[in-house]
Parts: sequence; C-alpha cells; structure tokens
Amino acid sequence: MASVSDIKRRIRSVKNTQQITKAMEMVAAAKLRRTQGAVVSARPYSNKLEEVLSRLVASSPDLKDALLEVREPKKIGFIIVAANKGLSGGYNANIIRSAIVSMAHHRDQEIGILAVGKKARDFFRKRNYKVEAEFIGISDIPKLSEAKELAEAVKTFYTQGIYDEVYIVYTQFITAMQHKPKTKKLLPIETPQEESGGELDYIFDPSPQTVLNQLLPLYLINQVFSALTEAKASEHGATMTAMGSATDNAGDMIDQLTLKYNMARQAAITREISEIVGGANAQQG
Amino acid sequence: MSDKTLTLEVVTPERKVLSEEITSLIVPAIEGYMGILPNHAPMISGLEPGVIKYKVAGEYKKMAISGGFLEVSDNKASILANTAELAEEVDPKRAQEAKERAEQRLHNKSGVDLIRAETALKRAIARLRVAGREKH
Repeated sequence: MASVSDIKRRIRSVKNTQQITKAMEMVAAAKLRRTQGAVVSARPYSNKLEEVLSRLVASSPDLKDALLEVREPKKIGFIIVAANKGLSGGYNANIIRSAIVSMAHHRDQEIGILAVGKKARDFFRKRNYKVEAEFIGISDIPKLSEAKELAEAVKTFYTQGIYDEVYIVYTQFITAMQHKPKTKKLLPIETPQEESGGELDYIFDPSPQTVLNQLLPLYLINQVFSALTEAKASEHGATMTAMGSATDNAGDMIDQLTLKYNMARQAAITREISEIVGGANAQQG
Repeated sequence: MSDKTLTLEVVTPERKVLSEEITSLIVPAIEGYMGILPNHAPMISGLEPGVIKYKVAGEYKKMAISGGFLEVSDNKASILANTAELAEEVDPKRAQEAKERAEQRLHNKSGVDLIRAETALKRAIARLRVAGREKH
C-alpha cells in the first residue's frame, strides 16, 4: 500500500490538473457562446441570399456562370475542416474518419485536399494524401475575410480546371453536446430550389446575367463562412464537453484518493496505538 | 408628403445592421444611383460600393456599403451587403489611409490588380462621404 505522503502528493497533482481542465472548460464555454451568436446573426443574410438566388434561377433558368458549369469529375477537391488543437474529445477523429469515408466514394477519381486546421493537415500529410493547400489561422470566431480567402482559393482551383468538383467536410453544429460530421458539395454550385413558386415578376438590374455573376461568388463565400462558423462552434462545444468530463473524472479520482488517504492514515494510527499498548504491556509484565 | 412607407432591411454576413420604416431610398446601383419609393415593382439589383441614403421621418440618413445586392418586393427593400456601416461607425482615419493607399496603387499601376484597387478606393470614398469628410 502506498504511503500516506505518496497519496497526498497524488491528490495534489490531480487537483492541479482539475483546475486546468476546469479553466479550459470555462474558456471553451465562453467561446462557444460567442460563436453561437455569430451563427445566429449570420442567418438572416444567408436566408436572404438563398432566397434571391432561387428567385433569380426560377425566373431565368438558362443563365450561365463559370461556377455552375458541370464537368465530368476527374479530379475532386476536398476541404476538410478540423481544429488546430486537440483536447476536444473525438472532434478531430470524427471529422477525419468521416472525410475518409466520403473520399472512399470517389475512389476512381484523383483527390486533392485543402486542409483547414493543423490536425487535418498533419493527419493527411503523414499518410501521403495530396494536401494541396492549407489554412491554419482560422480564428476562434471565424471572420468573413477568412472565409473569403478560402473561397477565393477554391474558386481559382475550380475555374482553372484543377478540380472538377469541390466538397467541404465540416462538423454540423446541432447543440453544444451534439455535432455531426457532414459532407457538402460546394462546386459546381447547385442552386437552391424555391418552395413557393416564383409568383412575382422581378426586374433585374442591369440584367439577370450580371446579377447572377455577382451573386454566385457571394453565395460561395457565404457557404464557406457558415461551414467554418458551424465547425468552430462544434469545436468549442466538443472542447467544453471533453474538459467538463475531465473535470468530473478528476473529481471522482480525488474522492477515491481521499478515501484511500484516510484509510492509510487510520491504519498508521492504529498501528502506532497497538505498538504503544504492546510496549506498555511488555514493561508491566 | 405621403405617409406611405417601405421597410428597409440591411443585413451583412456578420449581423443585421438595420431594419426601419423609411419613405425613400437611394442606392448605388451598378449603372448609377437609383431611387426607390414605396410601392416599387419587385426588383433585384446589384450594388456598387457606395453610399446608401434613406429618409426616416423627413430626415436623410446615410450608410456606407461595400457592394452587394438590393431586393425589393412587397414594399420591403432588403440590402445584402458585404459590409455596412452607419455614419457613427465609420473610422475616418482608417478610411482616409485606405483611400490614400488605393490612390497610390492606382497611380503607380504597379502590376497589382487594378480592379481591386479601384473597388478599394470606392469603398474608402463611400466611408468618408458617410462620415462627412468628403464632398458629395
């Protein structure tokens, strides 16, 4: 049995760890709240954008744009959105596993990867996948400019014919505890269908074609932006949950160790008493 | 003066900037500034970086946007902008610097994307106009 001072030292060390995990949990919770706010405030814009695009397509369906062009897929790009750091439970592992499954559907085509986050980059590079671009510095609450940069890169890859299709693999945010890896087709853009048939006759200024050419890049940026924001919210949620359970586990461990410590201390006292009593008896006798 | 109004809503990817009842609206459309009054026909139009002017309770207010879209339907004007700033939100010093930078680039024609420099210049001028530092 471990000595009393050994147990005491272990309790102290577990307590230190618990303090750290507790702090990390709270930091993640604060970031989650802010990112969630960003998800909510981005919603009116993206709903409106989708609405305008679907009206435009409904009213003049034969428009052309480089981003709508469907080609026979020879080479496919995958944007994989993971985190820069670990300590977030299964977050990175789940998204990477789901990306591999998605890529397996395209075994006959060549695949290129655009990695977002260090974890995605390192994983795929180590396994000799073709990592053709990396985006490491996405902030805790994604900025539009970061989405723009990524979207521009994807657009260039697509319009130059390097990729014939582009998918984005990210984690969909459902609740703080619940996230789902998701693969979404980014390019060619599949225009949203309007549910309530185009009842109004719109004037397009200067022309439907010009409006479409201007609208589609924004639509792409917005898709990327919402994927990045949701992925970040999920990451913070996963970190919070993982650190929360680490804190709980540390608490359980401290309880067990404290019990052990008390038992060891009691045993030592008992031993001492019996020694004293034994000694006294020997002197009397 | 008529008491007809339309609802103006300005949204950006980061937030909803404004939602207000207005009596008239002037926007920087691709082919020049365009006025919108209540009961306008449904329309979708592209917007250039520039200044939006709108009238609330007889008083004109201004806002700088950096390009986007306008949708009008059913007495509701929605503006989808990349960024939108009210007069009090503009940082005139930053805008001034951006303007000088863009002018410099256009002046040197130093190989960098001229179209980009031009839009940057338009954006900066729009901000300065909203902040009241530049003539209309």
